[in-house]
Amino acid sequence: MLAREGAHGRLVHDVNGAAARAAITRGARLTDMKALVPSLHVVDADMAADAARLSALARWAQRWCPWTRVDDADGLMLETTGSDHLWGGEAAMLAQMRRAFAGLDLTARVTVAPTLGAAWALARFGACPRELCGPDDLAERLGPLPVAALRLDADTVLLLKRLGLKTVGAVAGVPRTALARRFRHRNELPSNPPLRLDQAFGRLAEPLMPDDLPAPVRALARFAEPVTETEAIGPVLDRLLDDLTGQMDTRQLGARRLLLTGYRADGGSSSVEAATSRPSRDPAHLRRLFRDRLERIDTGFGLDAMTLDAVVHEALGAAQQALVGAADESIDLARLIDRLVARLGPGAVLRPVARDSHVPERAEGLAPAGTQCVIVPTGETADGVPRPLRLLVRPEEAQVLYAVPDGPPAQLVWRRQTHRIVRSQGPERIAPEWWREKSTARLRDYYRVEDAEGRRYWIFREGLPGDGRGGPPRWFVHGLDA
Amino acid sequence: MNGRFRTSAPAKALLTRLRAVSGGAAERAHRPPKAGHALETGQALEPAGSPARTERAVERDGLPADAHLDEIFAAPRDGAATGFALAHLPAGRPILWVQDRMAALETGRPHGRALHRFGVDPDRLVMVCARDARDVLWAMEEGLGCASMGAVIGEVWGDPAALDFTATRRLAMRAARSGTAAVLIRFAAQANLSAARRRWRIAARPSFAHPYDPRAPGPPRWRAELFRARDLQPGLWEAGYDAKTHRLDLSAALSDPELAPPDARPRRAG
Repeated sequence: MLAREGAHGRLVHDVNGAAARAAITRGARLTDMKALVPSLHVVDADMAADAARLSALARWAQRWCPWTRVDDADGLMLETTGSDHLWGGEAAMLAQMRRAFAGLDLTARVTVAPTLGAAWALARFGACPRELCGPDDLAERLGPLPVAALRLDADTVLLLKRLGLKTVGAVAGVPRTALARRFRHRNELPSNPPLRLDQAFGRLAEPLMPDDLPAPVRALARFAEPVTETEAIGPVLDRLLDDLTGQMDTRQLGARRLLLTGYRADGGSSSVEAATSRPSRDPAHLRRLFRDRLERIDTGFGLDAMTLDAVVHEALGAAQQALVGAADESIDLARLIDRLVARLGPGAVLRPVARDSHVPERAEGLAPAGTQCVIVPTGETADGVPRPLRLLVRPEEAQVLYAVPDGPPAQLVWRRQTHRIVRSQGPERIAPEWWREKSTARLRDYYRVEDAEGRRYWIFREGLPGDGRGGPPRWFVHGLDA
Repeated sequence: MNGRFRTSAPAKALLTRLRAVSGGAAERAHRPPKAGHALETGQALEPAGSPARTERAVERDGLPADAHLDEIFAAPRDGAATGFALAHLPAGRPILWVQDRMAALETGRPHGRALHRFGVDPDRLVMVCARDARDVLWAMEEGLGCASMGAVIGEVWGDPAALDFTATRRLAMRAARSGTAAVLIRFAAQANLSAARRRWRIAARPSFAHPYDPRAPGPPRWRAELFRARDLQPGLWEAGYDAKTHRLDLSAALSDPELAPPDARPRRAG
């Protein structure tokens, strides 16, 4: 058996079949039970692990329907309305559930009933471990169950017993007005039999809310009069942002993507979106992301409500500024990138990324700034062959004259201007990457050259004469150096 | 103006400040040359915003004197301006590099692997490809508003209408207020009216001798012409860059007409 700590010493938490047969009851004092059965094997209960396992089981049970939640310490509730037909009807679904739980070495009592209350009662107090209860035989099936099946607390169960009401049917048989008057001061559901009765028989709605469905982070503003001017949206956004950042502050969240939606009086809606590169709940920063974009909201004949949703959010702990007031560089930069991206688009704000390649234009890629990506270590060291300070977006073809064949270039004609080359260094041969390129790709011989005026270029000859991969070699200008 | 309007004292002060910032030619003519502000030959120009500079930053017109807007004019097929700009910016700090579409297409993009030679960490470089000069100016202003940014470089092609005196003045004010150095590189542009504190024309010069290979290009050398400046006397220098100490060295231009290119005389431009 399992034991837990109680207010007056250790209590019996749960028992297995053998202990149950030896008349060990749950909730009894451990010392009493030890006196009863001296050979009792006691193990401490691990409540936290039990709860974690149960909530994992609740997620696992989402295989049958999307709405599942943990009930108390030992139950699961599933809202299978609309999903039972996927399993071939309720009976087939119940059989499959039993098989699945048996596969996990768990004994489960599974019940389908029209209401949560009825299903709870039948699963815990029903005669048969697998029950199917239709809406018509609800009264008949619930009637013989003890009053504890109504999900009442211990005091109320005791009170009902003293009143001579031992079964659900007996409680249901009492005239409604008499019952309501007797319990009129009890507002809590577990201590109010008439309300619990209503829930069990479906007269009182009881929606099932899953545990792990986080409440949306959303702020809402309703207007008394439809708003038509775009200028009026600004102050509304301020209010919404204050509300939203307050919510995020209490929940320790930071927004990554915000959606501002205006609901028009004629039934339509229009929205603008803003994204941040790292979670933030600073209203001033988020406000700036929407600057110049509010006019994109189509007010039409007037907006009667606006919402601001943090569509994507991440955990963000409370941050403390440095004591001396120095700003955190990475946060500052991330915010700057957010503002730039908000106006210019994510494709316009970039950072260089080193890649594992020998071909110069492939060795350095451009990634959206603000994204974290793994830097691929490259073979080239920092003080290897100097690279030009500026790289042309694509190499531009040029005409080159040699002094001697296969010697250094002597004259360069690029963009219809002639440069007389006085100094040059090279070649630096870069072979094509055969594992990436077609077989016709040609090798490159790179030269650093300087013309008579001192302008430095990085040029290359593509291919060798007679390498069988095309005509005579062509020359390209690839970079400008300081 | 003097005769027809009565100017109050604050308005007068504002007017003086405006004139001082704009560096108007008329104002300059009245001002006696300040010998102390002239760059001595052989003197090293420390990076803008470096600690040594900040310490002796002079407060003038209520603006700190260390951070300012530099405007550099360069030919599009010459990489010298890029090197010069990087050489006189603080090393190892984040840099925002904004280009308009034409500048990127015609002169290429900064190459991250080469930037370390000029003391720039490519991991802390943010490159912005803006559509036009308006977006370049906007992005530069945003960058100057960011306290952690080490420097902001903007490249604009030609003479767009958006880049007028007011725009440069906004940039200059922002740079002064935030203490972040700003460089505006102008390709294929006319030196129109501008509020930049220093305006340069940079061109390439034959490089220094390569230490090991006489036929190879060596450390870079530039021809730096300061044709308009508020705190320095205009002049013409030969600029070199020492990568180890991240220093920009300015020395007097060669006076030998055989060695100096024909356009090496300091020009007065508006």
